Amino acid sequence: MAEERDGVSRRQFLKGVSASALGAAALARAGLPALRAEDGAGGTTGIERIPASGGKLDLTLNGKAVSLACEPRTTLLDLLRQRLGVTGAKDVCDRGACGACTVIVDGKPVVSCMLLAHDCSGKKVETIEGIGSPESPHALQREFARCDALQCGFCTPGMVMSLKALLDRERTPSVEAIKGAVSGNICRCGTYPRVFEAAQSAARSIGGGK
Amino acid sequence: MSEEKLVLGFEGHTVEKTVKLPEGEPRPWDLTSKLEVVGKHHPRVDGLLKATGKARYTHDVRLPGMLWGVLLRSPHGAARVKSVDLTKALASPGVKAAFSLEKSEVRFHGDEVAALCAETLDQAREAVRAIKVDYEVVPCVVDATDARKEDAPRVFAKRENILTSPMSQKRGDPAAALSSADKVVKATYRTQVQTHSALETHGVVARWEDDGSLTCYASTQGTFSVRDGLTAQKLWKLKASECRVIAEHVGGGFGAKFGPGVEGVAAARLAKEAKAPVWLMVDRKGEHLSCGNRPDSVQEMQGGITTDWKLTVLTVSSYGTGGVAAGAGVYNPGDYYKVPNVEKREESVFTNAGGARAFRAPGHPQGCFALEQMVDELADAIGMDPLEVRLKNDPSVVRQEEWKIGAERIGWKEKRNKTPGRGAGGDGAPPRPYAGTVLRGVGCAAARWGGHGGPGATVLVKVDEDGSVEVRSGAQDIGTGTRTVLAAIVAEELGLEGPEAVKVFLGDTRDPVGPGSGGSRTASSIAPAARSAAAQVKDAFWAALKKALMKVADSPEGQMKGGKVLLDLNSGPKWIPFAEAVKKTGKKGFQASADRQDNYKGAGFHEQGVAGCQFAEVEVDLETGKIRVLRVVAVQDMGTIVDALTAESQVIGAVIQGVSYALFEERIMDRRSGRMLNADFLHYKIAAPADCPEIVPILFPVAAGMNNVGLLGLGEPPTIPTAAAIANAFANATGVRLREIPMTPARVLAALEGSAKPKKEWR
Repeated sequence: MAEERDGVSRRQFLKGVSASALGAAALARAGLPALRAEDGAGGTTGIERIPASGGKLDLTLNGKAVSLACEPRTTLLDLLRQRLGVTGAKDVCDRGACGACTVIVDGKPVVSCMLLAHDCSGKKVETIEGIGSPESPHALQREFARCDALQCGFCTPGMVMSLKALLDRERTPSVEAIKGAVSGNICRCGTYPRVFEAAQSAARSIGGGK
Repeated sequence: MSEEKLVLGFEGHTVEKTVKLPEGEPRPWDLTSKLEVVGKHHPRVDGLLKATGKARYTHDVRLPGMLWGVLLRSPHGAARVKSVDLTKALASPGVKAAFSLEKSEVRFHGDEVAALCAETLDQAREAVRAIKVDYEVVPCVVDATDARKEDAPRVFAKRENILTSPMSQKRGDPAAALSSADKVVKATYRTQVQTHSALETHGVVARWEDDGSLTCYASTQGTFSVRDGLTAQKLWKLKASECRVIAEHVGGGFGAKFGPGVEGVAAARLAKEAKAPVWLMVDRKGEHLSCGNRPDSVQEMQGGITTDWKLTVLTVSSYGTGGVAAGAGVYNPGDYYKVPNVEKREESVFTNAGGARAFRAPGHPQGCFALEQMVDELADAIGMDPLEVRLKNDPSVVRQEEWKIGAERIGWKEKRNKTPGRGAGGDGAPPRPYAGTVLRGVGCAAARWGGHGGPGATVLVKVDEDGSVEVRSGAQDIGTGTRTVLAAIVAEELGLEGPEAVKVFLGDTRDPVGPGSGGSRTASSIAPAARSAAAQVKDAFWAALKKALMKVADSPEGQMKGGKVLLDLNSGPKWIPFAEAVKKTGKKGFQASADRQDNYKGAGFHEQGVAGCQFAEVEVDLETGKIRVLRVVAVQDMGTIVDALTAESQVIGAVIQGVSYALFEERIMDRRSGRMLNADFLHYKIAAPADCPEIVPILFPVAAGMNNVGLLGLGEPPTIPTAAAIANAFANATGVRLREIPMTPARVLAALEGSAKPKKEWR
């Protein structure tokens, strides 16, 4: 008996199940078959089926249009890391429990291991690579380095993205808001106090227009 | 050999020692050294790379034509493997290679059975489910107490479940001392199994090159240990020079990442069979099940104390399980305090669970949890302040000072409840100013470590003709800050502005040999070699300046500072940039490599080992049973502080890991099936941001003088005392002893209700 044979793996369950909330028009443009009654899910409500073999997906990644064929079971994280070679977001728990894969979709921080890639159709995806570089870092990235808010650095991209979403929303967040923003981000090296410090410092520098 | 007189120790406690130095060795740093870079706060040199997502971990390596590997693991606690049928898996879409590990038995949930690789990770995960394994399930035992019983299932058919550890020790006459002590306390302390849970899991990306050599990207604490493990395989013939291991950035290790592991060998074998590079990183579940843990412990302890506060005797009889591995010993009575009579017996018990591996100060947090609560209990028995008892019995001159600093900082005198118990202020003092159901208390505990480092490391320092400086070692930085430490040392020696002026190359076995990151000895081993090499480069540079007819001082001492060099030009003495001075030599550059020398005999300051202590303040909610750690003051000796910023980070992180160990983490096993029930990050709880106390790291510099840098290991010691300090603070708050971690609300409530040992009904 193979492991968990008696259960159903998450990916197997997802395989062939439609991604939700895809507009019928978008699928029609993509030339994909609409969901039919014989496909096993009831019919004509505008929910469309993406075949297990994959369907066309368009999204914006760090300001650039991306268009590719993608299986319905593929998570946004797997799309980024395994298909597109965008490896800043980390695959750590694969269950939405640690926040290391956090990216921003249409302005909201999401754990990309729990989001199907097709659910990002037509949306704007922002990853750690898109917000700054070593030569031109985002204030958060600069302050993370300056305050040493990182050790092994594996949780860092997720931390930074959770905080970036906060700072985009609130120019002068309270310490509580900062702690709340990263409350789902686990760090095994134990960098939390300096993460709070770096976030406050970055907020000051952005808010104060420095 | 030359001799140097050194001033060692710390302010208020200095000693002069004369040391004999090996040939070519720079004068060791001591209290008289004026250091410009070393000892200050420097951001880590790879911080921006990590914060921008540009740092490439093994997990992120993508090679052309790369395949994705997956391991099949046993779903049973113990079983015979009657057959493994790969037919369907090999026919699955995308699969390029598959093999069985040919085990006749599996001994724990997660034991590796087979491996395969496919064109995508989803294909590989799907195909691995098509491997048909015929298991004959046999009885298993996952609990150390159960496994010690006569009729327990044997984990290994030909071995007893119980191993007596050679670490056992005895001194003095414990039996006599127990009968003559004024007060004797007997207590049993228990600690749980903790998994390392590094965020980057174990794994490698393996590629066979056209010339038959193997390149292996590995998430490892020991690049050379991975190489040696791979070349030792009988599956192929591979010389050390034909196997290159690269670990540029590593997502944590904490002791579990040495050698290639089953996953590393499997990846190399799959790559060979599939004739393509293979990525094989363990998934989170496999990481919990099979990639290491800290053994649990049951420690029956007796301690004796006299009414004049002297600890006279400590005995401990302990057992614990490292699963299918040995090494469940605990470190406690021997060396923390001057205790003349000591007896220690310990057993390591095999169970059907993933094997233990070294975990950040192996055996120490467990031992400290018992020992330091025992010291408190003995102090209680004679009605003394536990801090006073410690000061009386602690032989370390460094820790004597640290106790005072920490006590002052936490507010020991004001905050300690002299008569702890429900309804704080039971000592007649006015009620404390916090909410009705909440009590507060403070506790402390000590840490001790070695971490002096030693030979087995070579470092190369290079100055290019354009004045750029690089330093190379094949050792790795697992997040501890080794890169920054090396850069700071070379910058200091060459008079550069700071660590950012030095390019550091680590984690490639093509570079000079370096140690594994274990025992807190990476930096302490390679830093002195880096300084020696930099000193040689400096001497060569100075000689070349002279030869180029520049007017300079006889010796470079004091002539290279802040990235500038003092030259006597026609226009008079002038500080010019280092790069310009290098150009003036007319040389193509300078380089030198140096080996790590032995620590000087008898010159060290640290006879009692590295010293540290911590004070915790906790809040206990009597209604919910929730413990909240409010504050931890951590005072830590580390010899020479090289980079204060990353050193503080190490201490802060170690404390948080200690809080997590004390309050949350626990591997939970199902006794019947032998399965781990919480092999994920949802149910295996690690301290999260909201759980984080205020942490005050206080670095205590000591001129140690046992080598030219005097840096002592820092990674491990500050995680040792945290759980014990929290437990003591809990007792100080409530008047109730909780002798078992994790201190979950259920256990707290049970302890407060005065029931004996909380029942583990969920097992």
